[in-house]
Amino acid sequence: MELDFAAVLTEWPLLLKGVAWTIGLTVVSAVLGVLLGIACAWVRTQGPGWSRPGVAAYVELIRNTPFIVQLFFIFFGLPAMGVRLSPEWSSVIAMVINLGAYSAEIVRAGIQTTPAGQIEAAMSLALSRMQTFIHVVLPPALQRVWPALVSQIIIVMLGSAVCGQISTEELSFAANLIQSRNFRAFEAFIVATALYLLLSIATRATLNWFGQRFLFGGRRG
Amino acid sequence: MKLSKRLVLSAAVAASLLTLAGTSHAQAALDSIQKAKLIKIAIPTDFPPYGFVGIDLKPQGLDIDMANYIATKMGVKIELMPVTSANRIAYLQTKKADLVISTLGKNPEREKVIDFTSAYSPFFQAIYAAKTMSIKSMNDLTGKTVAVTRGAIEDQELTKVAPAGAELKRFEDNNATVSAYVSGQTQLLATGASVAGVMMQKNPQLNAEYKLLLKDSPNFIGVGKGEDALRTKVNAIIAEAKKSGDIDKMAQKWLGRPAGQLPE
Repeated sequence: MELDFAAVLTEWPLLLKGVAWTIGLTVVSAVLGVLLGIACAWVRTQGPGWSRPGVAAYVELIRNTPFIVQLFFIFFGLPAMGVRLSPEWSSVIAMVINLGAYSAEIVRAGIQTTPAGQIEAAMSLALSRMQTFIHVVLPPALQRVWPALVSQIIIVMLGSAVCGQISTEELSFAANLIQSRNFRAFEAFIVATALYLLLSIATRATLNWFGQRFLFGGRRG
Repeated sequence: MKLSKRLVLSAAVAASLLTLAGTSHAQAALDSIQKAKLIKIAIPTDFPPYGFVGIDLKPQGLDIDMANYIATKMGVKIELMPVTSANRIAYLQTKKADLVISTLGKNPEREKVIDFTSAYSPFFQAIYAAKTMSIKSMNDLTGKTVAVTRGAIEDQELTKVAPAGAELKRFEDNNATVSAYVSGQTQLLATGASVAGVMMQKNPQLNAEYKLLLKDSPNFIGVGKGEDALRTKVNAIIAEAKKSGDIDKMAQKWLGRPAGQLPE
């Protein structure tokens, strides 16, 4: 078998654009998705009773259907209701909604393992319920579940590969486009694999650092 | 060793018998059609709008119309034989069919094993959009979104000729490409005549029409190698149909545009 990586690598502007889109989609959906997840976790553990079934339904709906179906529903389905979103917006929204549901359950697990004594201590210091949640409950909860949350973000990043199906020009789209032009499928997907691997490792390292540095303030876990 | 020698020998005998069978029937197709008052024509049933099975379970489409047309002109009955892209040439080679009218394109590999009549229908990749949209040349694509199937012939052509301002949205397969256009995610659609024909048939509310040609690759009728009498006869019918406008009518009916200039 003869390998010709040059045929793939000469298309580096396409690959670069693909990597940029994959990173962009991941950053936006990680930030918004985790925030959505925290909000949902709050509702499911401490929110007002009337709002809990709605959030539970959202979490179950998303966690029990394939990501690509959610994506297709947003891109191909919503226009029937007059909602027409670009491929890029459809991808971001699908990823945020998807990560939101999974991270809600992960964060909820962290919140539920908070010792009751900590919450009682916060209340005895006259902190409000919201202050207690943000300053006392959430940081150690996030610290406990951070590895799981980082894994979920990486899963969503790798899942963004299917966004190419609706013509978002992310990394897999670039690899597919290149191999459909020069028929160098093996090389194109090896390059894509290597790039995804690098992206995943870099994302994990960055998020581990970020969590320690900003979210749970240098405390040792 | 002995066995393999016998194998080679029997293979050689079989091969020479086949050649004999092949040559002894040459030039005989037209005679046998006229004697039996029946012509056997291979048609597609999986390739709308050229050939597909309607709700009445009968084959219909441009190729079927053409097959019936030729049978009528020859004054014989017709037997339609559904074939696939993969086995249609074999049907001719094994004399199961007298003619193959099945969106057959002409290329040198095929010309080695069968003969072709002149072209009878266009096959093409083109750009489609709503009737209300004014698209006169490739430059009119500037600022517009076009759905196209990644890596298909139409993608290759469009990538070459589209202006820089046109936004090409590439999808995985024809279904996704058509869905994107039908749901209004893109303003234009670049695809093959067959796919576009079905799309327009199923979505009359879109009022889509043929706009610009990307690539032409017309269809020819296949006849058995050396069947010159039959080929000449069919060529005469096609030439007559071109003159009378019947070829254009068929193309208009199934493809939404006249046949235009077809190669001989």
